[in-house]
Amino acid sequence: MTVIGVLVVFALLGGVVWIVGGPLRAAVGTREAPDDGRAALEAARDAKYREILDTDMDHRTGKLSDDDFHELDRQRRSEAVEILRRLDELD
Amino acid sequence: MGALVGRAALVLALCVCVYGIGASLYGARTGRREWVDSGRRSVYALAFIVTVAFGILELAFLRSDFSYDTVANTSSLTTPTFYKAAAVWSSQEGSLLLWLLLLSLWSSLAIFLTRKTLREVVPYATAVLLGFGAFFASMTVFLATPFATTHPAPTDGAGLDPLLRHPSMMIHPPMLYSGYTLFTIPFAFAVGALITRRIDAEWIRATRRFALASWLFLGIGILLGARWSYAELGWGGYWGWDPVENAALMPWLIATAFIHSIMIQEKRGMLKIWNASLVLASGTLAILGTFLVRSGILQSIHAFGASTLGTPFVVLIVVLVVGSLYLVISRREILRSENRLDSLLSREAVFMLNNLVLVGLCFVIFWGTFFPLISQALTGSKAAVGPPWFSQYTVPLALILVLLSGVGPVIAWRRATPANAKRNFRVPVLAALGTLVVLLGFTHTSSKPFAIGMFCAAAFVFGSVGQEFWRGIGARRAMSDESPPAALISLVRRNRRRYGGYTVHIGMAVLFVGVAASTAFQHVSDVSLRPGQSTLVGGYRYTYEKATSSVISDPNSTGAILTLGAVMDVTKHGHRVAILTPSAGYYPAPDTSQGPIGSLIGGETTAHIGLQAGLRRDIWTAVQPDIDPLQPLITQGNKLVPPAHPEYAFILLAAIAKHYVNSSPTASFHLMNSPLVTWIWFGGFIVFTGGLTAMWPTGGQRVRARYLARVGRDLQRA
Repeated sequence: MTVIGVLVVFALLGGVVWIVGGPLRAAVGTREAPDDGRAALEAARDAKYREILDTDMDHRTGKLSDDDFHELDRQRRSEAVEILRRLDELD
Repeated sequence: MGALVGRAALVLALCVCVYGIGASLYGARTGRREWVDSGRRSVYALAFIVTVAFGILELAFLRSDFSYDTVANTSSLTTPTFYKAAAVWSSQEGSLLLWLLLLSLWSSLAIFLTRKTLREVVPYATAVLLGFGAFFASMTVFLATPFATTHPAPTDGAGLDPLLRHPSMMIHPPMLYSGYTLFTIPFAFAVGALITRRIDAEWIRATRRFALASWLFLGIGILLGARWSYAELGWGGYWGWDPVENAALMPWLIATAFIHSIMIQEKRGMLKIWNASLVLASGTLAILGTFLVRSGILQSIHAFGASTLGTPFVVLIVVLVVGSLYLVISRREILRSENRLDSLLSREAVFMLNNLVLVGLCFVIFWGTFFPLISQALTGSKAAVGPPWFSQYTVPLALILVLLSGVGPVIAWRRATPANAKRNFRVPVLAALGTLVVLLGFTHTSSKPFAIGMFCAAAFVFGSVGQEFWRGIGARRAMSDESPPAALISLVRRNRRRYGGYTVHIGMAVLFVGVAASTAFQHVSDVSLRPGQSTLVGGYRYTYEKATSSVISDPNSTGAILTLGAVMDVTKHGHRVAILTPSAGYYPAPDTSQGPIGSLIGGETTAHIGLQAGLRRDIWTAVQPDIDPLQPLITQGNKLVPPAHPEYAFILLAAIAKHYVNSSPTASFHLMNSPLVTWIWFGGFIVFTGGLTAMWPTGGQRVRARYLARVGRDLQRA
């Protein structure tokens, strides 16, 4: 039983080395491309879209007056435009 | 063999953690992708190894392999299989392993979900998560190993503590630990983001979801714990301000604050220092909670008692606190707010107030929980504060919190005009005032001002959130011509965060109504009765009809050798309301010193309550049979059992149990009727349905495409 136990332990060790060492075997010396901030901008864009939707919903459910809504909606859409412009610059 | 593999697996787990930390940090520093990936895979490998170790231990419990010390200490041949499976986490060692397992599984999921995002942050987050893994793995390797063995193995074990033989024990600890371990994920990502100075929208998106998941799981765990306390502990309460209960509540409160305030950061770029502090505090409090359960530093029914784990936990907590403070202070430049509060009449302002109340609540609970240690440090003697002290501060704060949860939904972001506010508050205020008039005019509740306040605050929430749903459905129908139910479904599906959040608010209001009603209007009585006698409690007549008994065949399936109970008839104005059958279970003693019969029932005793739960009222009873008159029979019976036939003890015990039933025995009863307790569980269910709705990933493709086109048109014009 102890021999089988030792074999199982070695099998576990082998499995772990195989899992963990995979990337090292596959791509030695690969340098990560510098982060250009695209993912963060895309997240910011999605958050801004959600904000535009929220403003729309606030207006529809009577929490914002027409004037306030138009002002806030314009402001948020111009912020979204700015994010899209920055995203375009990365292309 | 199993113990050998298990022990080796834990050592391997520790090595993988140490390697993964090094690989992740090296990859992050040098920008070498393969090391970062190798570090990430270390988390997966950790999950794999710990799953193997946990499986070995679980198998040992199911096979009743008493060569494992932990199995011998917390299980037995008579423990039902269901509870053998749950007994794994009833011991210090087993529960540490469960902690490590859940940490590794949730970390794997988080690291997998972020494999293509947050590239700079993830390696540091991986290192932090593996740091937690290394800490808990080293605990199981050096201080509390679940794989310690004894040879020759004992023939039977001590059995699972009867108090833990409740169905919720199967799911309560895994849920609670899932909550605790999930809190380490937002913590780790916050550390990573602060180190790399990337507190941006991408970080918010990932962290918010993990924080919501931890909030959800910890909340379910807390509620299941409350349910266990109500149904198992025999005192009829669901919350006792016990240190371990408080320890779970504190990170949950801070996470609630964070879930609200992160929206302000997402929308307005404000409160960055506050949010970073909250997320770091919630992670640290989760570890503090784990420390309280394991160190034995404070008295608790839920704790594992004195242990040697206290010092390492204190060191870890100090490292977390000092590290968090350093990171927040050293990154204060990038944590500056981008905007200021536009108006006090805005949702941001309400959220800030809600945050202050939540943090205030957490501080009160922290102070009360640690007061014994504080008083010992200052005066030399340990003094504890009780439930009245906690209620004195938490009740008004909870009242404000419920009220704010009704204010937030009807106020717009950035600014609300007085005219809009007047229009939006009309329905909620009328609902609250209507409730007040009905309560004062038609009920006898005027002596309980806080309860009345809570009912009115809840009515305010129902009014405001109900109005929001109503208007949302109206807006949806105006656009799409859908039927009201279809409009409701589309409304929630398209605005999951908003309406999921509103549903949570409704659930919290329902829950607090249950808490207020069951606390303020509960009737309790402790009486001794003989069969045929009755007593009146809160307008209900409880009649002890007859005694009951059973040997071996425990009606509650908890493995009790002897069960003595009562049939209790409950009537109101002559009409039968319920027939309850509370009982007490008697379990074997760990040794045979009480003789063959005495040892069968000389261990722990636990109450199994009789409960008739209803939407309006719970009728609750617990019984403590008086078995003193049976002692002479047990002593006599012990002498009659031949050593060669110990099974005769069961036959004699059955005869003694029958004698008990026939002798019209006196029994002590804890009788209770509490209004609206069911609302607590129902409210909790609503809260978590709302939480799941808010957390569920949005499809959003159509919406995104529509808005892309819209914003794209603006871009062309710009």
